[in-house]
Amino acid sequence: MTATAETYDLTIDGSGAGTPQAPAATTPRKTNSRLSVVTTERRYAPKPSGKPDPVAHLSAEDIEELGRELDALRQEVLGSRGASDAAYIRKVIKAQRWLEMGSRGVLLFSLFPPAWLLGTAGLSVAKIIENMEIGHNVMHGQWDWMRDPKIHSTTWEWDNASPSEFWKHSHNQLHHTYTNVIGRDNDLGYGIMRVDEDQRWVPSYLGQPLYNFLNMLVFEYGIAAYDLELGAYVKGRGKDKETFRRDSMKVLRKIGRQARRDYVIHPMLSGPSFLHTVAANAVANVVRNVWTHSVIMCGHFPEGVETFAKASIEGETRGEWYVRQMLGSANISGSKAMHFMTGNLSHQIEHHLFPDLPSNRYAEVAPKIREICDRYGLTYTTGSLPHQVASAWKQVIVLSLPNPQPGRSRVSIAAEAVGKRVRRKLRR
Amino acid sequence: MIVEDVSTPTAAPRRATLVSRALRAAELVTTPLLPADYLDLISPLRAGADLRGRIVDIRPETADAVTLVIRPGRGWNGHVPGQYIRIGVDVDGVRQWRAYSLTCPASAPDGCISVTVKAIPDGKVSNHLVRRARPGTMIMLDQAKGDFVLPDTRPERVLFLTAGSGITPVMGMLRNHLDELADVVVLHSAPTAADAVFGAELRELAAEGRITLIEQHTDTDGLLDLAELAARVPDWADRHTWACGPTGMLDAAEEQWAAAGVADRLHTERFRPTVVAAGEGGTVAFAQQGHVVEADGATPILDAGEEAGVLMPSGCRMGICFGCVVPLRDGAVRDLRDGELTTATPENPVPIQTCVSAAAGPCEIEL
Repeated sequence: MTATAETYDLTIDGSGAGTPQAPAATTPRKTNSRLSVVTTERRYAPKPSGKPDPVAHLSAEDIEELGRELDALRQEVLGSRGASDAAYIRKVIKAQRWLEMGSRGVLLFSLFPPAWLLGTAGLSVAKIIENMEIGHNVMHGQWDWMRDPKIHSTTWEWDNASPSEFWKHSHNQLHHTYTNVIGRDNDLGYGIMRVDEDQRWVPSYLGQPLYNFLNMLVFEYGIAAYDLELGAYVKGRGKDKETFRRDSMKVLRKIGRQARRDYVIHPMLSGPSFLHTVAANAVANVVRNVWTHSVIMCGHFPEGVETFAKASIEGETRGEWYVRQMLGSANISGSKAMHFMTGNLSHQIEHHLFPDLPSNRYAEVAPKIREICDRYGLTYTTGSLPHQVASAWKQVIVLSLPNPQPGRSRVSIAAEAVGKRVRRKLRR
Repeated sequence: MIVEDVSTPTAAPRRATLVSRALRAAELVTTPLLPADYLDLISPLRAGADLRGRIVDIRPETADAVTLVIRPGRGWNGHVPGQYIRIGVDVDGVRQWRAYSLTCPASAPDGCISVTVKAIPDGKVSNHLVRRARPGTMIMLDQAKGDFVLPDTRPERVLFLTAGSGITPVMGMLRNHLDELADVVVLHSAPTAADAVFGAELRELAAEGRITLIEQHTDTDGLLDLAELAARVPDWADRHTWACGPTGMLDAAEEQWAAAGVADRLHTERFRPTVVAAGEGGTVAFAQQGHVVEADGATPILDAGEEAGVLMPSGCRMGICFGCVVPLRDGAVRDLRDGELTTATPENPVPIQTCVSAAAGPCEIEL
């Protein structure tokens, strides 16, 4: 792949994203404040809910010191990054490809129930590994240091409806830079849900438990629409028509290729097992969708995760950025196998602090981060997979209703708002 | 080859289209990966694969030099003795490319090729190959390159002027063409007799009377002084000379041959040292867009470029999103976060994050 001469607009509600633009030039740009850990003042902007500042007990010096400790931790891993890490990712990629080939091979005979079951299970696992431990992490640039053009963020394409180009922009750049900043991080509810009480409630959120369930089933297409910034475009505040048309063609072509492979080519190769292979591939895709959706929900939606006001990140230093990443993410505790199947996104806090460190190293960093959090009095949110999934779903369900007010319940406020809207519609 | 093409003018293209059609059909099966991604698991050395090789043997030559015997993939096109290949070796997990002269017969019966590597002080790759590499390792290869070869009409009298690992391309020529050369003088410099790569083989050839070998052992004899060349090889100016060794020796040779008016009889091979002088800040060239910018050692190349009006990909501006990655074509940059130095040469461009990299000396960005 060749690098394109594009520069990205940073007007985050996503509107200018992905649009090639000439740089503003001429006015000298101040180097990004996040390149420095030097913190001279505390920045805090209150949120509408009036929740207290979770970092109120730390001084500017504390945050700077915290930043230096985390920098040193990162450096420790970089210093010992080498042949065994490279061998790890190559082994995973190799194993995943054999598993996928083997499973698809077995599915050529999917007419036979044992073959269907085995092939479908294998393909589901292969797709999960491909998307999470391999795709997500390679596209993060975690393996760029190997200088292997075949395992590189600039060349990787994944088994997912969303083209890597768009995913990298919305995920690596927007979500990871502006994590949990209300109004800047679209991952907070993906632009269709309210997952934090400081997001303004509107009646359409009442349907979010249902949207979330449906989104879970077709998650890869949800991601594709999200990365394309379809929502913003439909609302008329997204990219310009020409860019949108060009980008959607790319997405549709990718979806077409993926669907043709899973629902036409492989079924055809299966001959009499055609329909069974269609079903097997559909199930594998849905299993992958449900799993990745559940894991990703656990990253930032569970209770205990903090959000931040837009004004709080003006001039933010790297120390403050680190603090926001720690407080804005939640881990999943569990076995080695579980960590692997989540692409080590179960170490969400560590991943958000160091998104470009190889995923196989997060486990060793985790206890050190936890110790740092304890020492600085910062919450380290974690829990088992069922617990965190339940917690995230609880948020989705509860926050579909507006915040309660003194003397008024969530339900009564919602009922009144809906009633108002209906009456307005009727009057028209 | 050419005759075949003429006699069956359509066969090759037809086969090519069939293969490419089959491959395109296979891509429908393997998307988003390519068929090659799966075939590489099964047969990494097959025809049509990226050129790789497997190290099948590592033979010590001296205390700090080894010969690597490599089985190249089916796509290997062969070489002319004296040429070099670039090999891509993973050292501490990082792929590094280096060029080495081929020292093997041009068509060995087992199809293997070999290069001879001498460990140089602080040489990341050469030390790895000499001390740590193991047979069985897969490496990346490039096709053979270079014009440091004998002409088809072999010259009557030849002088090989070599020093250190400069003997390696010459050994490739001697092993293949010695029978076709009537009068060969090898003037080779090495610190001691034991340090001379291929010393034993050269001495044997000399004992058989097939070459005239003059050894300069620099630890005891001092560096070779070309001014005294006439004393060692009286007819040097009449000979066709192939010289390979340190830059100082080659520069002196070029001067001397030119002064004698026989520059056309001197053929040299220079291995560009990969050491890039690194400093603080420097001139950053964006050749494709025609911009040259002075940047200090604290300014991200992204900022410096944009300020000058260069169109650059960008993202988080803090080193986490990899949205700004472009190849460094030449020169050195320093990571602003940890001071880590990255160097590149036009043969080995390295993708860098421009938002956290500052110029460390003159450099060129592929934009």
